[in-house]
Amino acid sequence: MKELDPMILLAVFLEMLGPLLWLLLAMVLLGTAAFVALLVRERGIAASRLVRAQLVGLVGGVLALVLMATVSSSGFTDAAGPIDWILIVLVYGLGMLGTMVLVYTVAGWTRLLRRQGAAG
Amino acid sequence: MKSDNKNNTGPDEGLLREPLSRRTFMQLSALGAGALLLKPGAAQAAPKLRSAARIVIAGAGAAGLATASRLAARLEGATITLIDARKAHYYQPGFTLVASGIKPANYVTSSTADYVPHGVELIEERVAEIDPEGNTVVTASGRSVPYDFLVVATGLQLDYAAIEGMDERLIGQNGLGSIYHSPAAAEATWRQMSEFADKGGVGVFLRPGTEMKCAGAPLKYTFVTEDYLTRRGNRGKAEIIYNANNKALFSVPIVSEKVRMLFQQRDIKVNYDRVLQSIDPGRRIATFRTPEGTTEMGYDFINVVPPMKAPDVVRNSPLPWQQGAWGNEGWLEVDKHTLRHVRYPNVFGVGDIAGVPKGKTAASVKWQVPVAVERLLADIAGTESTARYDGYTSCPLITRLGRAMLIEFDYQNNLTPSFPGVIAPLEELWTSWVVKTMGLKPTYISMLRGHA
Ligand SMILES: Cc1cc2nc3c(=O)[nH]c(=O)nc-3n(C[C@H](O)[C@H](O)[C@H](O)COP(=O)(O)OP(=O)(O)OC[C@H]3O[C@@H](n4cnc5c(N)ncnc54)[C@H](O)[C@@H]3O)c2cc1C
Repeated sequence: MKELDPMILLAVFLEMLGPLLWLLLAMVLLGTAAFVALLVRERGIAASRLVRAQLVGLVGGVLALVLMATVSSSGFTDAAGPIDWILIVLVYGLGMLGTMVLVYTVAGWTRLLRRQGAAG
Repeated sequence: MKSDNKNNTGPDEGLLREPLSRRTFMQLSALGAGALLLKPGAAQAAPKLRSAARIVIAGAGAAGLATASRLAARLEGATITLIDARKAHYYQPGFTLVASGIKPANYVTSSTADYVPHGVELIEERVAEIDPEGNTVVTASGRSVPYDFLVVATGLQLDYAAIEGMDERLIGQNGLGSIYHSPAAAEATWRQMSEFADKGGVGVFLRPGTEMKCAGAPLKYTFVTEDYLTRRGNRGKAEIIYNANNKALFSVPIVSEKVRMLFQQRDIKVNYDRVLQSIDPGRRIATFRTPEGTTEMGYDFINVVPPMKAPDVVRNSPLPWQQGAWGNEGWLEVDKHTLRHVRYPNVFGVGDIAGVPKGKTAASVKWQVPVAVERLLADIAGTESTARYDGYTSCPLITRLGRAMLIEFDYQNNLTPSFPGVIAPLEELWTSWVVKTMGLKPTYISMLRGHA
């Protein structure tokens, strides 16, 4: 019981984020599902949309760092050791990846649904 | 319902315990903070134990609530009673952040009732008397509550009265700060310190000559004050003096030495063997006891950390150590590995009240409570437990705004890092600050609920 188990982890995150945790988890799950469904529908990656999504992703990474700085009352200027830089890259990476997938998926589905609407 | 395994405290039992266990608190804090180094184990819900045992928990702070939650989750049919007059619950590790202007006072305040687990009765009264011979406690209103097992979790008492001239009502005026007092005092201290950081002058810092909770806190505040002065461009106008109560800055030698180096780097002057004896808040003079007599120090800002002792109810009972400094201060005479009372085997002591060499932190509570609970449950079940507390204590030592050292250690002064090779304990890191500011409170609250 004193081991790190997923339930303890869930409890700690729930304590930290409250109901926002469920919203975030739902977003991650739905987003991933929608992304995969889009890949299947389009039978591959739309290169130009991916590049655009990546560009927005770069901003998303910065936003993640800003968010992190706000909630921790500090910033990456406080980084001192290797683990700090790893954490910064991790936060930036997650922000970037999340934004990229989100933008790519939303743009893709919007286009698909619009085309369907036009066809139908 | 007498315990009959009071002698099961052999030196080598429980040695096979997973080293991961004692680290869990800090790991969770860090995981909660986003460092995803997850190593999931198997979630195990132990079957409930049927029992008609009456368990009384004196004190509903960090240790009392965590104990109640864990017992309630494991027992069926038992009567579990928490007794505490204080309606507010304080997340005390956050006091330092309040006094540093990082968090508002309401960050540390919630309500005790929010954490009382289902099926546990809370008597909102002070325990006035403990009678371990008669297996009874008596509340302030005279209500007598008999028990089969007693868990003493009353925390400690701040002894401002032991400082001559000290008046708690003056905290927040005339350069007088004292973080330990309360959330409001922590906030008032922030205003005084901030004013000092704007003007400069002499800043006096200290720690008491008694046992204390979170021995890192007085050091943290010295560092934070120095940082504010520097950030506001007034460091040159200020002198910062730290008065250690003995010949060390911290009880763990390797940490003490590291702090000495950092103090030297930041030009923080250190006096050893100085204990605050009296204070004149009007004239801003603090008088310290030294081996050579007394010495006066004028100040523009002071952070008074008062002497600490066991609450009266414990000191007036047969439960404290019978001699030595711990006897005078009244700490509970428990076995340092089992937390079971040495003379009354159906009594346990957890949290700050426990008379053990280290461990007066919330992080220690996280590690002490499961040991006392496992031992108590084994008594009820008629089995034996090998659960053992090795003194795990942790103190995220803030060394400037945005950086801290994640210091964790045990009875033997060994460093016991939760993330060996990843988060270096003696290095000032942003990651450790993130753990302290983001991960610690949710982990603490989960602990109160028995989830962590
Ligand atoms: C400024 C400060 C900074 C700290 N920083 C850290 C940190 O960074 N990390 C960390 O891990 N820990 C830190 N701590 C320490 C941590 O808060 C304590 O170690 C922890 O709260 C101990 O839990 P406890 O249950 O023993 O005591 P408490 O949480 O203090 O609870 C004791 C309870 O007992 C009750 N009580 C007292 N007398 C009686 C009576 N006669 N009858 C009934 N009830 C009674 C009180 O009302 C209280 O509710 C800090 C503490 C302070 C003050």
